[in-house]
Amino acid sequence: MQNNTASTGPSTRLIVACAIPILLVLLALPRFIDVYQTQLFTYGLIYAIAALGFNLLLGYTGLLSFGHSAYFGLGAYSAAFLVKYFGVGSIEIYILVGLVTTGLISGAFGYVCVRHTRIFFGILTLALSQVLWTLAYKFFWVTGGTDGLRVAFANLTLVGGLIEFKGRNAYQSFVQSYYYYVLFLFCVCTTLMWVIVHSPFGKALQAIRDNETRAQFLGIPIRRYRWIAFLLSGSFTGLAGILWVPLNGLVTPDILYWPFSGEIVFMTVLGGFRTFTGPIVGAVVFNYLKVYAVASTAYWQFMLGAVLVVLVLVLPTGIVGTLSRQFRRVRKRA
Amino acid sequence: MDILIIQILNSIFYACILFLIAAGLSLIYGVMRIVNLAHGSLYALGAYVTAWAIGTVAAGAPLWVLFLLLPLGAIVVAAVGALIEPTLLRPLYNRPEEYQLLITFALLLILEDVMHFLFGGVPLTAGAVIDSMGTMRVMNLQYPIYNLVVIVIGIMAAVFLWAVIYRTRFGVILRATSQNMRMASALGINVKWVYVQAFALGCFMAGLGGAVVVPAQAAVLGMGVEALILAFVVVVIGGLGSLEGALIGALIVSFVRTAGIQFFPEIELAVLYLIAALVLLIRPTGLFGRA
Amino acid sequence: MNLLETINLKKYFGDTRAVDNVTLTVAEREFVSLVGPNGAGKTSLINVISALLPSDSGKILFKGDDITHATVTERVKAGIARSFQIVNLFDDLTAFDNVTLTIFSRQGKTADLLALAHLDHAVSAEADAVLRNFNLADKRNERARDLAQGERKLLDVALAYALKPKLLFLDEPTSGVSTRDKGQIMDTIASVVRGEGITAVIVEHDMDVVFKYSDRIVVMQQGAILAQGTPDEIRKNDQVAMVLLGSAGPDAFTRKD
Repeated sequence: MQNNTASTGPSTRLIVACAIPILLVLLALPRFIDVYQTQLFTYGLIYAIAALGFNLLLGYTGLLSFGHSAYFGLGAYSAAFLVKYFGVGSIEIYILVGLVTTGLISGAFGYVCVRHTRIFFGILTLALSQVLWTLAYKFFWVTGGTDGLRVAFANLTLVGGLIEFKGRNAYQSFVQSYYYYVLFLFCVCTTLMWVIVHSPFGKALQAIRDNETRAQFLGIPIRRYRWIAFLLSGSFTGLAGILWVPLNGLVTPDILYWPFSGEIVFMTVLGGFRTFTGPIVGAVVFNYLKVYAVASTAYWQFMLGAVLVVLVLVLPTGIVGTLSRQFRRVRKRA
Repeated sequence: MDILIIQILNSIFYACILFLIAAGLSLIYGVMRIVNLAHGSLYALGAYVTAWAIGTVAAGAPLWVLFLLLPLGAIVVAAVGALIEPTLLRPLYNRPEEYQLLITFALLLILEDVMHFLFGGVPLTAGAVIDSMGTMRVMNLQYPIYNLVVIVIGIMAAVFLWAVIYRTRFGVILRATSQNMRMASALGINVKWVYVQAFALGCFMAGLGGAVVVPAQAAVLGMGVEALILAFVVVVIGGLGSLEGALIGALIVSFVRTAGIQFFPEIELAVLYLIAALVLLIRPTGLFGRA
Repeated sequence: MNLLETINLKKYFGDTRAVDNVTLTVAEREFVSLVGPNGAGKTSLINVISALLPSDSGKILFKGDDITHATVTERVKAGIARSFQIVNLFDDLTAFDNVTLTIFSRQGKTADLLALAHLDHAVSAEADAVLRNFNLADKRNERARDLAQGERKLLDVALAYALKPKLLFLDEPTSGVSTRDKGQIMDTIASVVRGEGITAVIVEHDMDVVFKYSDRIVVMQQGAILAQGTPDEIRKNDQVAMVLLGSAGPDAFTRKD
């Protein structure tokens, strides 16, 4: 697997040089695309946050979780509960409460899961996420069961109540403002994650991934760091869930069902899980892929499955991994 | 009291189904170290094929014809497995196991829609079999004879598998390959061929589970995804790679499930997953598994 | 006071006595070579002292403290470091990152998740110095898995060294390396170790290397210490010669080529 980070630490100038134009494009985007496309892209950014969090565990710590739907769903349901039982409309409160909830549960689950690695870790994460799913499914008088819970944008407020969405063109203004709000948080998350993986802690995680024994013999506390990575990972994915539900308007147990965890893995691998930007690209692409597939055929699962097969057999390093390898090859020739 | 007997019989019936699925899953993992996420979907495929053959194609045929068609699901699924292994799984043996998991997940997605495409969205039943066989008296209640036949089939399958694995030359080769693939290969065992056979056998078991359950329970879309999770719980409790574990695990899961549905229906599934999580914590290799 | 003392250390695997009642002392700044035929228990002894394997009975004292039941991490923090016979590196990180990581760990900075690693110039400078010491400076930006075998062995030792340990265990640091490179590698290691007065215990098969660098040689056989002494004493020890070479005599240890 090719590791994309530059050897001595990424050149800050290069990063800024690449990021600024992308940011400018993203900022200007709603001006050039319609409301539907803006909303679609927002979903992509939300999944990107989820995948970014997920990949801290997979790409950087070497732990494949098949239960990340749990944290996404927890975030979504906590926002929905705030709406249903407390009539809260402020997204900042959703985020605050949701992050605390996801943090606590991912901390608890993580404490239990990191005692094992590889396949047992994966099955454990799967089993625990299924516990949450059955609770959401069965306790329908609390969670709305398969009907789900609604989170209407009409009651949503951003920036501590300063921005509301009522009156004419409410939906349009909601989609546009929400896009910028999500974009802002996406930038914050990306920056935060970038710092984390390039910090001494991030290096320690990669060491644990590469060689657990040697990491121990360097004095690195393996289990504790895996747990912290799990906690961070779950929290990022939880934030994505929180942001997802006002856009989707509805949360149902499907979001906790284990195939959604599979989708998170899919999008991360699609982009390339051994790179930093891979999960972001993968999430955005996957989002379009799924929407296109669902729109064009009733057999969209088949389509996605076929894409995944091709991905695994032919392009294991994902989109970003393959592109960066090609780029390096071209550069070597020059 | 009568209800208790019926519940016990139902639990054993359901345990047989679970055993068939879990034994296949465990076998595949034990020999090939692959966690087959598509295993539940293969079970579903077996159910669909059998239901289609019995319920649609041969509808109205005499019972013995229907019975003959029963294993059709298992055979078809085994054939599918024999096709899948060399094309999709073999290229990934030298790759990290994340990729194997991903490709079996892809297979799950593909199979779900293949079944949707071939058999439509309407549940298929093979109820004719269970009806034709009638019921018999158990204590003061009537119980379908078919269910008892399934229990017999389950026991026979367990014995058959045990005999194959522990009493035949093929079984020795299987065990050798599962314990030390490289050594087995160095001793001249055609590991590739062993893998195809092991995978096909595992798929056969899953397909048989589906074939056998479908007279009692209609084939519906999504049944595979649900079954896989339960099969996982079974192999976690029993131990990955262990035949006895699959049997005991299936019994435990089935009885807990039946008791759960009776006494605490909301959390019956949650309890099962929690038990799995607990077993993984205390004894990750399960009751009978090896590391 | 002796830096390291093992007292009646035992590790049995069923009937096999991997470590059989070993009482060993190592003084500060000593360069000790641990030799013996294959299966003598040299690596097992190191594994027990470094906590890779738990001991069955006996005591291990380090700087006077009883570390018999200390964990790997505790022993590392106390000042024991080791390299590995089969190279144990972080293959997907660069040589530079391998070393900086070690330094971060030593300094307790690995819990920092909000500081950028490459901005810590002190650590970067030290890592570069370590790489220079081990002649790996020009391989700084290469991934560990892409290095040549000899370089990987050196990096393995460099990581143990970068922990600035009080006691360094090197498990066959030149094994698997071509004869031509062996001398160079051993020279590098010895000069660094001696230059900084690090106490070292080295498992080694090449007797030329052993005689050239050791202060003291400890000969093991079947889990127990057969003999120990200065190179001269060992050279004259016929029993040792029989065990190690199969023949005794005044010229037993002289290369006959």
